[in-house]
Amino acid sequence: MTEKKYQFGLDTFGDIGFKNDGTPMTGAETLRQVVKEAHLADELGIDLIALGEHHRSEFAISSPEIVLSAMAQVTKNIKLGTAVTVLSSDDPVRVFERFSTLHALSNGREEIMLGRGSFTESFPLYGYDLEKYDDLFEEKIAMWQALLEGKPMNWNGKLTQKLTDTTVYPQLPEGETIATSVAVGGTPESIIRAVYYDLPVVIAIIGGEPTRFRPYVDLYHKATKQFDKPERPLGMHAHGIILDDEKEAIEVGWKYIKAEMDRIGIDRGWAPMTRDRFEFEIDKGSYYVGTPETVAQKIAKNMKAMDMQRFDLVYGTGGQLLHQREDTIRNYGEKVIPRVKELLGGDGND
Amino acid sequence: MTEPTIGIVGAGKLGSTLARLGIQAQLPILIGSRHKVEDLKWVIDTLAPGTITLTTDEVIERADVIILAIPLGHYLDLDPVKLAGKIVLDASNYWVEVDGTHNNISDFKRSSSEVVQDHLNNSLVAKAFNHMGYHDLEIEVDRHPDVRRAMAYATDHDEIRPTVEHVITAFGFDPLFLGPLRYGLLLEPGSPLFGEAIPRDEFQDKINTIYDSPYGQKIITERGEKIK
Ligand SMILES: NC(=O)c1ccc[n+]([C@@H]2O[C@H](COP(=O)([O-])OP(=O)(O)OC[C@H]3O[C@@H](n4cnc5c(N)ncnc54)[C@H](OP(=O)(O)O)[C@@H]3O)[C@@H](O)[C@H]2O)c1
Repeated sequence: MTEKKYQFGLDTFGDIGFKNDGTPMTGAETLRQVVKEAHLADELGIDLIALGEHHRSEFAISSPEIVLSAMAQVTKNIKLGTAVTVLSSDDPVRVFERFSTLHALSNGREEIMLGRGSFTESFPLYGYDLEKYDDLFEEKIAMWQALLEGKPMNWNGKLTQKLTDTTVYPQLPEGETIATSVAVGGTPESIIRAVYYDLPVVIAIIGGEPTRFRPYVDLYHKATKQFDKPERPLGMHAHGIILDDEKEAIEVGWKYIKAEMDRIGIDRGWAPMTRDRFEFEIDKGSYYVGTPETVAQKIAKNMKAMDMQRFDLVYGTGGQLLHQREDTIRNYGEKVIPRVKELLGGDGND
Repeated sequence: MTEPTIGIVGAGKLGSTLARLGIQAQLPILIGSRHKVEDLKWVIDTLAPGTITLTTDEVIERADVIILAIPLGHYLDLDPVKLAGKIVLDASNYWVEVDGTHNNISDFKRSSSEVVQDHLNNSLVAKAFNHMGYHDLEIEVDRHPDVRRAMAYATDHDEIRPTVEHVITAFGFDPLFLGPLRYGLLLEPGSPLFGEAIPRDEFQDKINTIYDSPYGQKIITERGEKIK
């Protein structure tokens, strides 16, 4: 079997989309649309589609594994992931049950990405204290690793349940596991923790010059030596719109990406995005907005500069019209990914 | 002015970013957290090479200017005796995600940096470096080498203002004095000034219209008047 050196994915939070006439879709329509988009992505040979988990009006996906199960039935090869599963406000046992179910239904195409996410509404919703985020994550990621071993669980948690000789079902087939990675922002500690657990890291680079994150990449490599762990493929996740008309792509971005960033900003204390900053993000920063060639050049440049093997493009940010979402996916699969592979020197297949 | 030694207490997102900016600006930077020096040193050597990693106590002892980059909820860990006589730039904010949904440290009548100053009763506290996100500290500095971003500060100690302004300038920002420490309330999360990485004139415009904002209105309701 050849192992791919590069992996290209699509990420979405299930942003409520708009029909081509501009009227908003319902949440239900958006969910069905996202399943269609996964089908399209699979046909185009895109490696992965990953879904976020949110509990608010702008996004349709609160239960990603259910959507991924539906996708499993209409796709053949594409990996079905989350980006991210907020493990801190979830029960690792239930997460395991959902993913091992998905493992069965998708023939092992599932992937989980653990992280904090952009919003924090899952904490009050599920009755967890947000201020315990770190402690919850620390304990639950350890529990998750224990669950993946597939043996009967003996667990004496402080913030989680106590389990004695408990097997969690459905069990994974012998020798198989749930591919797990960790999403990080700018917290050095998160990178170190991921290395400690020997999990691949995906860095969310959603603003500023991507190479600003180079010190974090260096930290990842240094940490693997520090803890004597193998190097795992590093990835990045960023927003993009890929249309044949550059100007159109930029205006779609200004309308929808801005709206989305301003919403996150309310939670994170960021000021609303200015046009000047938006244009900077397209020219030099973290937005992959423009024609297939522009976007491919930018992805290749940043993957090279940062030693990345995985790139996840967040599509449909802020909703967007159906044809804009689908054009982005089509351009990404048909033109951008092959071109990036070419620019990186070969398609990475051994 | 001889370059003051900067000591950063807290080596997380903000602390490590400030260390990197400081080193880029060729300032002498010390940093410490509750981590053991051996556990923190290799991290800092990677993220902000050139910075000297020490214990928090050593940082406090050796630095002339101390930047607090720890969660506000941990301010009582700071020893007022060890910090006596030092200039302290308080960058900490009450952050619901970290400090909890119920704030019993500060409120609209007593801003968080006043609480810190009261605790560090023999230190010279200024509120500074708190209103810009750590990403923007780097992005905006790189992006506008021509027009510096305003970094607002507040302090009760006029005698430290030249040093505070020197440090803010050395880090690459345009210092903007708001007034005595109580004016720091205007920089706290929730305020329209919080999160801003804009030039001085735009920042000043936002200060001038602050009482038109819901946050400004809340200040008037809670304090019975504008900050005076
Ligand atoms: N993140 C931002 O963009 C930003 C911007 C402006 C202001 N701020 C404020 O700056 C402060 C730090 O924020 P952050 O985002 O950098 O948090 P962070 O990433 O969690 O880092 C906090 C750091 O403080 C250390 N620490 C905690 N308690 C300590 C103590 N008693 N003595 C010494 N070190 C201690 C922690 O390390 P140990 O656990 O090893 O001690 C860690 O290195 C907060 O008050 C925040 O509101 C943050």
